[in-house]
Amino acid sequence: MVLAEDLAKQQRSISVAEFFEKNKHLLGFDSPTRGIITTIKEAVDNALDACEEAEVLPDIFVGIKKVDNEVYRITVEDNGPGIVPENVPLVFGKLLYGSRFHQIRQSRGQQGIGISAAVLYAQLTTGIPTLVVSRTGAKARAHRFELLIRTETNEPEIISHEEIDWDRTHGTRIEIQFKSTLAAKKRLVDYLRLTAIVNPHARITADIDGEMTVFERVSNEVPPCPKPILPHPHGIEFGALKRIAAANTGTVEEFLIGSFSKVGKKTADEMIALAGLKPSRKVNKLESEELKRLLDAMQAVKVPAPPAQQCLSPIGEDLICKGLEKEIQLDFIKARTRPSTVYGGHSFIIEAAIGYGGKVPPEGTAQLFRFANRVPLLYQQGACAITSCASQVNWKSYGLSQQGLPMGPVLIMVHVASTNVPFTSESKDAVASIPEIEREVVLVLQELGRELKTYLYRRDKKKQQDDRARAICSVIPEIAAKVSEIVEQPLVDTSPIEGKIMRKVVAKKRTVDGKVRIDVNNYTAKEVTLVLYNLSRDAAEDAKPRPDFVDSMDGEYNKVWRCTLDPGEAWHIVYTGSGDGSVDLRGVEDGRKVVVDLDV
Amino acid sequence: MSREEMDALAKERLVGIARTWYDQMRDGIVPFIRLPTRTKRNIEYDDASEVWKYGERESTRAATNEKGAVHLLKMAYLIGFLKQQLVENRSSTLRELYYISEGWKKAKFGAQDESNHLIEDLEIITEVQREAFHLRPEEDGASVFGPLRIRETTRRGVKEMHCQEDVGEAGYPIPNNVDNLEFVDHDAKFVIAIETGGMYARLMENGFDEEYGAVLVHLKGQPARSTRRVLRKLNDSLGLPVVVFTDGDPWSYRIYASVAYGSIKSAHMSELLATPQAQFIGVQPSDISDYNLPADKLTEQDVSALKAELTDPRFATDYWRSQINLQLEMKLKSEQQAFASRGLDFVTKEYLPTRLSEMGII
Repeated sequence: MVLAEDLAKQQRSISVAEFFEKNKHLLGFDSPTRGIITTIKEAVDNALDACEEAEVLPDIFVGIKKVDNEVYRITVEDNGPGIVPENVPLVFGKLLYGSRFHQIRQSRGQQGIGISAAVLYAQLTTGIPTLVVSRTGAKARAHRFELLIRTETNEPEIISHEEIDWDRTHGTRIEIQFKSTLAAKKRLVDYLRLTAIVNPHARITADIDGEMTVFERVSNEVPPCPKPILPHPHGIEFGALKRIAAANTGTVEEFLIGSFSKVGKKTADEMIALAGLKPSRKVNKLESEELKRLLDAMQAVKVPAPPAQQCLSPIGEDLICKGLEKEIQLDFIKARTRPSTVYGGHSFIIEAAIGYGGKVPPEGTAQLFRFANRVPLLYQQGACAITSCASQVNWKSYGLSQQGLPMGPVLIMVHVASTNVPFTSESKDAVASIPEIEREVVLVLQELGRELKTYLYRRDKKKQQDDRARAICSVIPEIAAKVSEIVEQPLVDTSPIEGKIMRKVVAKKRTVDGKVRIDVNNYTAKEVTLVLYNLSRDAAEDAKPRPDFVDSMDGEYNKVWRCTLDPGEAWHIVYTGSGDGSVDLRGVEDGRKVVVDLDV
Repeated sequence: MSREEMDALAKERLVGIARTWYDQMRDGIVPFIRLPTRTKRNIEYDDASEVWKYGERESTRAATNEKGAVHLLKMAYLIGFLKQQLVENRSSTLRELYYISEGWKKAKFGAQDESNHLIEDLEIITEVQREAFHLRPEEDGASVFGPLRIRETTRRGVKEMHCQEDVGEAGYPIPNNVDNLEFVDHDAKFVIAIETGGMYARLMENGFDEEYGAVLVHLKGQPARSTRRVLRKLNDSLGLPVVVFTDGDPWSYRIYASVAYGSIKSAHMSELLATPQAQFIGVQPSDISDYNLPADKLTEQDVSALKAELTDPRFATDYWRSQINLQLEMKLKSEQQAFASRGLDFVTKEYLPTRLSEMGII
């Protein structure tokens, strides 16, 4: 048997840095390919957060360069407010150091481990110190640091520090070198594209081993920086309550009103009465037992939701659409921002968008873009509450086939904005299953599903009409010609069929033997005045009748005719030409006109 | 019906389709055509003729959308071509037809299946067989050997010949258009249709035709339409019983079924093609054990084909159910030439006479 004393000799405390050195996967450094993405993600998140706080339009450079066999240099540079020199070693060289951990508001980073974990990862694989340059303004000089982390103590080790000249007036640049591969290059570009989509006010320039990509901004407004709020009485746990109560010198009543959001005198008194406490008691003198009663009372009393518009920063329907449209060509796009809601005292807003067609791959399951606080979630799609919600929705009732996720050229984007996004792990890859959040995601996807159904219905109807128009205007005349030849009768006239079926204004263009002929028939019951546009390389100088207007540009002629047709009246134009280009009819509403180009 | 009359009928029926469309269009109607739905679900057993025919379901092909319109356009071009062929007294094969459509622009066929299908549609609508459109099948007709005198109208005049005395070892080859064939007289008691060439030659060499008054018909695997028509005609017009001798495997049973009951693809012509009285000789699964024939193991495909046959209404008889179940139990199949293991004469001296007398043929 081993004596307790012997065991005690082996027992000692572990530094945070040491812990993460051994548990890299917790922070997203489980593989060399993932390391690059995680590092860039952390640096870009920090850059965007900093720019927002300083109300600067972000201009971010991301560089990846192979410097040696297996060794890559990752550079991220921003135009943010910079970091004061005293703090630089702490921010980059100490784990769990950050400005946002104690605040309740929407932000990308939270715990202050991401970027310092990258520094740690670099020194583990190459031993090369991380280079940081930061400048806080035009009046200050830039500071250049070379840093390492002392893992035993979790303290920064400054290898060098000097003041230098830097062409940026403010901002931060970080260079980290570690062993990695560029195997996940596509994923990296996807990450940057997704980041650009949910940060439409940012410009991101990437130089991946000499290959330049620019994700341009579509909005020139910096989104308002979310303001920190006080904790909500429903979102607090015992430990936190005990800690803030101990630091407070006021009475219980003053404490409740002053330290929590949405708690007024009436609510505070109700809580105190329910807990069986005297309002005049000093809060820092309460016994553990009394604090427990107070906590229960705080949960029991109804309190309005925390002020979401202050602490959250949703992207907005318009910017989501613009962001998606810029990066991915779509035939249809619709976005929705739901009203704010609460889970366990934490505010959240669900935003979502649905896209269809365009450049979205037509086969397979839908593309699912997941975001939390404007950060793309790249890994563990299957474990994410967003995925399970998207699979729960009955897409078949919205006209899509489904195998879990819907199938076809569909793109689904979901953004969870919250003061506390519930992730399944520290690497922040997947949103945990919280019933309140799931409910909102399902609701927003159902709303969007209905929009998509309307679009698909209209599109199919239009396609059916076009299909019918092509049959009637192009194929039936050919059937008529062949059939007339077989029965040895004069060519049967198909315009009665055309008129009967179409009941519309029909414009047909057909080129035969170098003659372009455009026929316009008014099969409606009303007189129409229309404008016919014909854009082609043909000058049509011999056109009969003459166009009312001709405009030429780059060898293309835009010819415009105006005419008024009685019900049943037909009209046509003939000119010499090759018949390329297009025909358009204006002055008649969409549902009442058909334009058929029989040359296509 | 004479050849000229047949040509005139085919032409009139084809042009009739075009005339219907012409009238429809003249009256402001989008051209359309109706024909029976050509699926398994629309196949019904006709008690009177004892063959499987198309049922009541009908579908409409109309030019109301681009796909439908192009379909009718193709049919119109096809009708135009066939009419021309009849007028000029020329003929072509299905394959040639497919290539001819190259020049038809929008009406061009995508694949030969498409033109074959359209031809079948035209057969159904006009109730005239494709031979009457002067369409020749690619495949050779199979051959006939036996005590039978026939008269054939050929391009080079009328020929008369006896299928034992005037033909060589290969027998008399069945022409593509059976309508040009006439049976003059015969001295036969029954017709035996044989799946493989080896068995056909064995029966001929052993003088089975002479000894039993048998007309030997070589099926050459799944029989061509003209072969099936000859079998039907021998049964119908001469009153000769028809028996079918195949290998003992699931695919061969289907050869028998297409002779006896007709196929889904040509259900519109079952009355011309199928011989409902045709009987199956074997190889029966029970023969494999009774005669201890050399056998092969059933493959997975064989097993699933047998199971499919158990659910096929055409095999829904006690005889077939017991034979197929027996085969599934034994997991064995045998070829008809497996009888050679008992000596070259066994099949003609023992097996066939025994089976034929069991069946009441001789």
